[in-house]
Amino acid sequence: MLYNIFIDPFVQMVQMPDLLVQTLWEGLVSGVLYALIALGFVLIFKASGVFNFAQGIMVVFSALTLVGFYEKFSAAGFSGHTAAFVALILTAGVMFVLAMLVERVVLRPLVNQPDIILFMATFGITYVLIGLGEMVFGGDPKQMIASELFLPSGSVDVEMLGGLVSFQKIDIAAAVIASAMIVGLALFFQKTRIGRALRAVADSHKAALSVGISLNQIWVIVWFAAGLVALVTGIMWGARSDVSFALEIVALKALPVLVLGGLTSVPGAIVGGLIIGIGEKLGEFYWGPLLGGGIESWFAYAIALLFLLYRPQGLFGDKIIERI
Amino acid sequence: MFYRETGQFKQSYAADQAVFPILQDRLGLALILLVAFVVVPLFGNEFLLASVMVPFLILSLGAIGLNILVGYTGLLSLGSAAFMGVGAYAAYKLSTIFPGVNILVWILCSGFFAAGIGVLFGLPSLRIKGFYLAVATLAAQFFLQWCFVRISWLYNDNPSGAIEVPARTLFGLAITGPSATPVTRYLVVLVIVVVMTQLASNIVHGRIGRTWMAVRDMDIAAQLMGIRLLPAKLLAFAVSSFYCGVSGALMVFLWLGAAEPSAFDIKLSFLLLFMVIIGGLGSMIGSFFGAALIHILPIVIRGLPEALGLPIAAATVEHLTYLIVGALIIFFLIVEPHGLARLWQIAKQKLRVWPFPY
Amino acid sequence: MSLKNWLYALSATAALTLPAVHDAQAEDSIYVPLFTYRTGPFAGSGTPIANGMHDYLTLLNERDGGIGGVKLIVEECETGYDTKKGLECYESVKPKKPVIVNPWSTGITLPLIPKAAVDKIPVLSMAYGLSASAKGDTFPWIFNPPATYWDGFTQILQYIATQEGGGVEKLKGKKIGYIYLDASFGREPLPLIEQLSKELGFEAKLYPVAAADMQNQSSQWLSVRRDKPDYMILYGWGALNATAVKEAVKTNYPMEKFISIWWPSEDDAKGAGDGAKGFKTLNWHAVGADFPLLADIQKHVVDAGKSQVSGKDKVGQVLYNRGIYNSMLIAEAIRKAQEITGNKVVTGEDVRRGLEGLNIDDARLKEIGLEGFTSAVKLSCADHNGHFSTFVQSWNGTTYEKVSDYIAPLSDKVGPLLDADAKAYAEKNAPWPARSEACDAS
Repeated sequence: MLYNIFIDPFVQMVQMPDLLVQTLWEGLVSGVLYALIALGFVLIFKASGVFNFAQGIMVVFSALTLVGFYEKFSAAGFSGHTAAFVALILTAGVMFVLAMLVERVVLRPLVNQPDIILFMATFGITYVLIGLGEMVFGGDPKQMIASELFLPSGSVDVEMLGGLVSFQKIDIAAAVIASAMIVGLALFFQKTRIGRALRAVADSHKAALSVGISLNQIWVIVWFAAGLVALVTGIMWGARSDVSFALEIVALKALPVLVLGGLTSVPGAIVGGLIIGIGEKLGEFYWGPLLGGGIESWFAYAIALLFLLYRPQGLFGDKIIERI
Repeated sequence: MFYRETGQFKQSYAADQAVFPILQDRLGLALILLVAFVVVPLFGNEFLLASVMVPFLILSLGAIGLNILVGYTGLLSLGSAAFMGVGAYAAYKLSTIFPGVNILVWILCSGFFAAGIGVLFGLPSLRIKGFYLAVATLAAQFFLQWCFVRISWLYNDNPSGAIEVPARTLFGLAITGPSATPVTRYLVVLVIVVVMTQLASNIVHGRIGRTWMAVRDMDIAAQLMGIRLLPAKLLAFAVSSFYCGVSGALMVFLWLGAAEPSAFDIKLSFLLLFMVIIGGLGSMIGSFFGAALIHILPIVIRGLPEALGLPIAAATVEHLTYLIVGALIIFFLIVEPHGLARLWQIAKQKLRVWPFPY
Repeated sequence: MSLKNWLYALSATAALTLPAVHDAQAEDSIYVPLFTYRTGPFAGSGTPIANGMHDYLTLLNERDGGIGGVKLIVEECETGYDTKKGLECYESVKPKKPVIVNPWSTGITLPLIPKAAVDKIPVLSMAYGLSASAKGDTFPWIFNPPATYWDGFTQILQYIATQEGGGVEKLKGKKIGYIYLDASFGREPLPLIEQLSKELGFEAKLYPVAAADMQNQSSQWLSVRRDKPDYMILYGWGALNATAVKEAVKTNYPMEKFISIWWPSEDDAKGAGDGAKGFKTLNWHAVGADFPLLADIQKHVVDAGKSQVSGKDKVGQVLYNRGIYNSMLIAEAIRKAQEITGNKVVTGEDVRRGLEGLNIDDARLKEIGLEGFTSAVKLSCADHNGHFSTFVQSWNGTTYEKVSDYIAPLSDKVGPLLDADAKAYAEKNAPWPARSEACDAS
């Protein structure tokens, strides 16, 4: 038993290094994708203190909108790359309208309420988006328009370490786009005027207000940014499986990532995503068979729990200081 | 005019500290109980009893359990459905191992198993707080649900992978199984829920409840005042899980009749949490309001088009239900962020000075 | 005041939820509720099934004026594949005296099994639900034709054996992977696999996929790469199928050796592109709309705007036709019930007898307009399943093509398990009522 837990998996790793590389790669890719979802959460949490339960459904909704627009175009005899990118821009527009609506209808009247109330309000948003999305687009799973968006398909097979390691081009693209997105967001936060305003709001609402930063405007921007992140996430996950309401479940995986990295930290979301992604793939692949497999559903939470016991505010979270 | 407390003098501390110090409240409560125990069973049809009232009461009980944890002690939990599952599986195992003992005994005992598991998963609460704790309880949710699927001993190796409820009787009257009438099931659930609500109300109004509330308002301050956090928090987890466990057992035995592990999935955890928040954190009656809003409102909306004779497809109705419920949640939160219970209180305040408000 | 509020609320609820007086209770109609799920995460599979079921029954109303001159009242109730909502649907249709219910979810079927005998409403759980309910002596009110998941598993094994060029003894020494939804549906074949792997000498590799990880299967497929099974068997549902096919393509698993139980749809295979060609599933009915009946549906229902299908090409898809098959069983059972009782308006009890006497032979299929659509269906009092043969179909990039003959299940292996299970169910749920319903000799 001890042998199976402590030695055998490592023996396997050494004996079949190609599979180890493949596992690490799969973990990396899903980690990046988890990080993308978590990023959406973090953006909103930082700027408005809202734990946005609706992020998962925003992923589904944006992907459905994109595919829906494209279907409308191709029905009108207008398809191909141009149509896809027009659809992409229109979807971004929809996400912007959504951000404005959320700010106007939900956030503004609820300003200064306890966290848990705002959390609850995002559940209301979730319900509305589910109803709206299913009513407009129907419940059928749809194909993501990957090739129209210049996303590659197929795989690159590399012979190494005595075996074949295959890298899916879509996964490589996902990793690249996600990294670009993260770098872009970081630059946006650090270098632009709005970015600085965002950081000011994150530090203190009152101080930000007193220097003339409009909270309402910032919230619209943040929700829009989270909507864009959701759109990218939706495209990537959609290309990997398909676009349906089942994707909403995947978004739950972002929760352990989030707490592991710390609710307020962008780098935390990324590092957390990678740890969870790689950790759960390694866990499932090498240790899962000991428990009959399928442990992935809770393994991520167990990892997050262990880290939390060590650091209750997450790896990169702001230190929780309590005063009387 | 009707709801006035002038002239109701209290002559003892006990009377002054009563849960319902005002006569009208006591009368109102008595009337509600009268309606619940007599009017509803007499005049309600099967659908009202089996699909509206029984689930409503069971979910209310679960919501009370969660409210003890979230509303009174301030510990956010997203694992309540799993604790309900523990109760259900415990009741199932006990009732099949000891078929001779009355099923109600096992339903109530199942709460202790849920409490034990709850305490185990409550241990991290000492170190982890807020949304971070919510994710720690998610670990419980997913791990326990995995256990319900994987440990076939829990469901007696049924090839269906589900727990099935055998027919059992109380005083010769079927209370579980197919031949139990909705009225019987309703009354059994009602008695349990009323008694347990009374108990919970006493706990939260007493010393233990005050301890919890002190922990909720600020745990460090509570600690400095001499409250030991470990027992207080773990007790909250235990009591809360006990209630969830009993509610889970009731759910399988008196409502569903058979349950797959997916009956206790994360969606149910979320629903319970939402009942608690929208009903009112830290309020007994709020748990009932919340359960009513989240469970009964969709049924009413679904029934509307048919009652009005509108030809709307079933799927469209479902979409509209989602839209309307979501919009109503946001609406209620904006109107009163402290939940329906707070609205109820405001209504009572207004009523006091009606019709001559000052 | 509190009382007043309470009463208002109560009466409002009661008034709204009391089923309105409905045509269903009129004397000259038969009420057939359809439990469907066009919403929720499984809507992709649920919608075509719902359309198929609905359109067939609507056609009978539109073209023939119902069955035997009696109109059918067809009403959908949305379950969202959720057990609690499904039970709510059941309670809401019960007062309208349905002659049959189709839960379309194993989770909803299980609680209905004991209720059926009490409420006198037969349950048709077509190739899902509790496998043991095939035993009519124990479960007189439950019907699950045309095959159980165990039958399906042995059929896949036999197909694999023929691919290896022989009988089941050819399986010896083979490595067979089984990827499944880690819930009761996917776990059901596990005892059978354990037994058969010993008896037939193949090695079974299990790859469970948790419901929450349906779209996230890369670790399972990594294990497939490591174990290199000779064949893969898939028991999935909803997004699990689509993702499994995609992952299989990604790992370069040979598709012709990847065989699924009967639930994948066109969409599940289409998403994986050309790589999915050769993906195989079991089926027991034809795919496509080249049948007189489906042409009639196109004419009387779809073109008349009485269907909810989103496009003409949806008629004839696998799961649409699955819904057609389901409704054909309902309609034929009602017809048989009318024949047995001589009544025009039949009840649930009559339809139960109709289902037991169900005998759709090839001539009858031709009359219906479904010649060659499926094999003959004949049920009996003892056998509520039939354990009919199924065939293997292969994905060619646009549709599924039949690639094998009809394969009979290994009844000698499955039969004893089924008997044992039915017995165990009755024992565990003691006191389980003994069958009191008489059997119409047919």
